[in-house]
Amino acid sequence: MSEVLHEVRVVVNGVPASARVEARRLLSDFLRHDLGLTGTHVGCEHGVCGACTVLLDGAPVRACLTLAVAVDGHELTTIEGLAASDGTLHPIQRAFQDHHGLQCGFCTPGFVLTAAGFLADEPSPDTEAIREAMSGNLCRCTGYAGILAAVAQASEELAASGADPRARHRPERGEAGEGPR
Amino acid sequence: MTTRMVGAPVARVEDPRLLRGEGRYLDDLGQDAYEVAIVRSPHAHARIVDIDVSAAIDVEGLVAIYTYEDLPPRLQERLPVLIPHPALTRPRTQHVLAKDEVNHVGEAVVMVVARDRYVAEDAAERVRVLYEPLPAVVGHEVSAAAEHAVHADIPDNVAASLEQTIGDAPRAIAAAPNRLSFRLDIDRSASMPLEGRGVHARWDADDRRLRVHSSTQTPTSVRAVVATMLELPFAQVDCVAPDIGGGFGVKIMHPWPEELLVPWAAITLGHEVKYTEDRREHFIAANHERGQVQWVDVGFDDDGRILGLDVRFLHDHGAYIPYGLIVPIITSTQLLGPYRITDYRVRFDSLYTNTVPVTPYRGAGRPQGCFLMERTVDRIAQHLGIDRTLVRERNFIQPDEMPYDFGLTFQDGRPYCYDSGDFPASLAKLKELIDWDGFESRRAAAAAEGRRIGIGLAAYVEGTGVGPYEGGHVLVEPSGRVKVATGLSTQGQGHRTAFAQIAADELGVPLDDVEVVTGDTRRFGYAVGTFASRAAVMSGNAIHLAARAVREKALAIAAEALEVSVDDLELIDGSARVKGSPDAAIELGVLATISNPLRYAFDESAERATQFASPADPNRPPVGDDESPGLEGTDFYSPVRSTFANGMHACEVEVDPETSDVRILRYAVVHDCGTLINPRIVEGQILGGVAQGVGGALYERMAYDEHGQLLNASFMDFLMPYATEVPAVITDHLETPSPLNPLGVKGAGEAGVIPGSAVIAAAIEDAVGVVIDRMPITPSELHERRLLAGQEGTS
Repeated sequence: MSEVLHEVRVVVNGVPASARVEARRLLSDFLRHDLGLTGTHVGCEHGVCGACTVLLDGAPVRACLTLAVAVDGHELTTIEGLAASDGTLHPIQRAFQDHHGLQCGFCTPGFVLTAAGFLADEPSPDTEAIREAMSGNLCRCTGYAGILAAVAQASEELAASGADPRARHRPERGEAGEGPR
Repeated sequence: MTTRMVGAPVARVEDPRLLRGEGRYLDDLGQDAYEVAIVRSPHAHARIVDIDVSAAIDVEGLVAIYTYEDLPPRLQERLPVLIPHPALTRPRTQHVLAKDEVNHVGEAVVMVVARDRYVAEDAAERVRVLYEPLPAVVGHEVSAAAEHAVHADIPDNVAASLEQTIGDAPRAIAAAPNRLSFRLDIDRSASMPLEGRGVHARWDADDRRLRVHSSTQTPTSVRAVVATMLELPFAQVDCVAPDIGGGFGVKIMHPWPEELLVPWAAITLGHEVKYTEDRREHFIAANHERGQVQWVDVGFDDDGRILGLDVRFLHDHGAYIPYGLIVPIITSTQLLGPYRITDYRVRFDSLYTNTVPVTPYRGAGRPQGCFLMERTVDRIAQHLGIDRTLVRERNFIQPDEMPYDFGLTFQDGRPYCYDSGDFPASLAKLKELIDWDGFESRRAAAAAEGRRIGIGLAAYVEGTGVGPYEGGHVLVEPSGRVKVATGLSTQGQGHRTAFAQIAADELGVPLDDVEVVTGDTRRFGYAVGTFASRAAVMSGNAIHLAARAVREKALAIAAEALEVSVDDLELIDGSARVKGSPDAAIELGVLATISNPLRYAFDESAERATQFASPADPNRPPVGDDESPGLEGTDFYSPVRSTFANGMHACEVEVDPETSDVRILRYAVVHDCGTLINPRIVEGQILGGVAQGVGGALYERMAYDEHGQLLNASFMDFLMPYATEVPAVITDHLETPSPLNPLGVKGAGEAGVIPGSAVIAAAIEDAVGVVIDRMPITPSELHERRLLAGQEGTS
C-alpha cells in the first residue's frame, strides 16, 4: 500500500519552498519535518491548544487542523519569520521577554503568531480585547499575566511605528541587534 | 562597577532563542530517525490471549514490530521500584511491554518502528491483540472493598499501609471540649505539560556509544537506568535533556517503557529511533496524581486551638507503584502546614486500581493535604463563630520556635523539621493585601446588588530542596567567558538565568559572559533531578560553591602574577584588580590561560603561560601538589535535610445565583522562599502555579468510568484554564532566609499550586453557605448542592 504524493509549493516567511507529500500530511508536520521549520510546535493535534498556530495568507490558522495539500500556492508565516535577519527580536517577541511571557517556550510561537494576526486586525485593543484574543491558546507555565502584558506593550509599539505586526521585523538604526547565539 | 545580580529581576537569557523558534525540543531532533508508535491496551484490565501482527507486516515503510517475547531478558523484567520503603510490602511495577495481562487503558503492548509516524500508526492499527477482559477496579472505595483484585496475588489491593504519630491523638480528641469529623476529597488530575513525553536515541557503532535525548526531569538517572537495563557501561551512555516543553512533575517518572525501548531499538536496528508521545497517549500513558479520599477527626478548645488531629486517607496510586509512597508520605506530613499540632495520627493505605499510575504532579500530595487542613481550620472557626484568620493565628508555630521539629519522618527519610518562616507576619501581609477586614462591607455592598461574594484563605508550608545532592562545575575559558554546568534539567524555570546570576556575582563578571548548561550528562554526570522545588536550592548553592572555588583560584593566580596579597585584590568587571588601583588588573581570561602551564604557544595570550615566559620559582613544580591546571572548579551541595518555604493565599469569588458559575474576583499571594535569586522568575513560578491551582479547583479532573475508560482524554474535554479563566494575582514576599544553605534560598517552583483548591473552596463556601468538601467543583455540582440546601435562585 503506497500513498500518492502531491507537490505542495508555498512561500514561507517570504521564501519559496516545496515538498512532495501524502494528502493526509498535516501542515504542522509539513512545516516541521518536510521544511525543517521546527519552531511550529504541536501540543494536542486536535486544534485546542493553539501551539501550532501559523499565519496563512496573514491570518492565524491551526497547522494541526490544516492539510498541507490545502495550502498549495499560499503564503505562510511561522515563528521563524518574525525576528529581523540579524536576530533582533520582533516587537511582539521582545515584549514577551520584557514581561516574562514565557517559561518553557513550547506554546510561545503560537501565542506570538496569534498576537501578530490579532494586532493586524485590531491595532489598539483594550485589556479585555487582548484577553479575549489570547484565550484560544493554552499556556501551562505562566498563568498568562505576562503574555497579556506583552501583547499590550507590543500593540502600543506597533501602532506607534505603523509596522505590519505580521511582517519580518526591520530594526531601526541604533536598535540593539542580538544575533543568534 | 559590576552590580550585584542575585536579587535582580533580570530578563531571562533563555528567551531570545525560544522566541525566535530556535528552541530544540525532543521532536525537533532526529529528523531522519525511524519513528515509533505504540499499540496500547484499550481495556483497563484484561488477559492477553493472542497478538497477531501478520496484517501489519505488509505496510510499506514498516521497519520492525516488537512484543514482549522479542525483548532481551533484561528488558523482560519488570521496571524498577524507584523508591523502595519498608512499608511498601507489595510493590508491583509494569513490564516494558505487557506480558500476559494489561492493567490500565493505555498500557504499552506492542512497539512498531517505521519510516515515519504516519506509517508506524498505519501498522499499529493493523496489529490484532485478542484480549479476555477482566473486572476493572476503579475508584478508591471500589479498590478498598476488594471485591476484585487488580493483581491476583494482591487480593486486598493494598500496596502499603503506613501510620505516623506524635503524642496521642485519639486520647487528645476524646478529651477535647469540641470535636468534629468529616471527609474531604480531591479528584485525580495530571501535570499536563504542553509538550508530551519523548525519547530519541542514536547508537554510534564505531565508538560503541549511545546518546539518548529524553524529555525528562532527570537525565542522569535515565542514563543510569538505560545503562543498567541495556547492560552497557555508564561511560558509554550519554543522556541529554533538550529544551523541555514543561514537566510539572510527570517527567520525573523514569524509566518510561519508551525510554528503554527506543535506545534498545536504536542499537538493534543500527539507526536513529524516536518516539514522540501524542496528546491522547499523554492522557492514558503518562502518569496522573492528586486523587485521595480523606477522613478527619479533630478536637479543639473553645478558642479554636487544635488539641488533637486524627487523619486517615486512601491514596489511589493506579495500576503500578513505581514511585513508591512519596506522594502519600508528603500529604501525611505536609498537611500540618504552619500549625503547632502536638497530638497527631495519620494512617493511609496506598491502593491499586486499573488506572494510569500516579507519581508526583507539581505540589505532590500537598494540595490534598492543604485542602484537608485548611478546610479543617475553617470548620473549627465556623463551629466556634470565630474569624478564620484568628483561629489560624492561635495555632501558628511562632518564629522564635524555629527550627521546629515535629517528630515525624519526611519524604527524604529525614526529620520533619521547619528551618525558618514567620507565619504571623505572612498572615498580616496577606490580610492587608486582600483587605480581609474590609470584606464584610464589600459583601454587604454586593448583596445590595443581588450578588453573592465570598472570601477565603489558605496557608501552606512546603518542604523544598530535598537531597541527596546536586553539583556544579564552573570553568573560565581563556576568552574570559564562564561556562557553568549542572546535572539537573530545566523545564522552563529559567535556570540558565538564575544560575548565571549566582556565578556572575561570585566571579565579578557581567551576566552576558556566563553560559549555563543543564541536564547534559556529557557536561555534568552526577545529579539527582528537578523535582520538589529543589533546583535553586540544590544546584544554585552547588554552583555558588563551585564559583567560589574558582574565585579563590583566580585570586591566588592573580596575586602571584601581580605580586600582591590576595587580600588586596577584588574580582570586578571580568578582572582581578588591586583594590583602589584600577590599572593594576589582570583579566579573568588571562588568568585562565596562565592557570594552565603550557609548553606550546598558539597565540599571544598563551605565550604568557609557556615555560620560558616568566621567572617562575625553579624549585617549585609548575603544578603544585594541591593544584590542578585550568581555572575551573567543581563542588556539591548536600544538605542534612529539606528547607521549608511557606505562604498564604486569599481570594474573593462571586457565585452567580442563577447558574452557580464561579468567578474569581481577586486573588492575593504572600510567599516566603527565603532569598530571591530573581524576583521576576519567582513571580512567574507563583503565577503559573496559581493558574494550575485554579484549574485544579474548578476545571481539571480525570473522568474515569467504572470500566476504567478515561472519558475526557483530550483538551476538548479535560479543561485547562485559558487566559479568560485565570484571575489577576497580587503578590507580596516575605524573605526569611534559610539557615541551611549559603544562599539562604528556599524552593519556589511548586508553591503557587498548593492552596488553590483550599482557598477557592473556602471562598465559594463563604459566598453561598453550602459545605464544600470535595474539589474540583463544577457549576452544576455546586448548583446541585445549593438545590439540596434549598437555596433561592436555584429552582
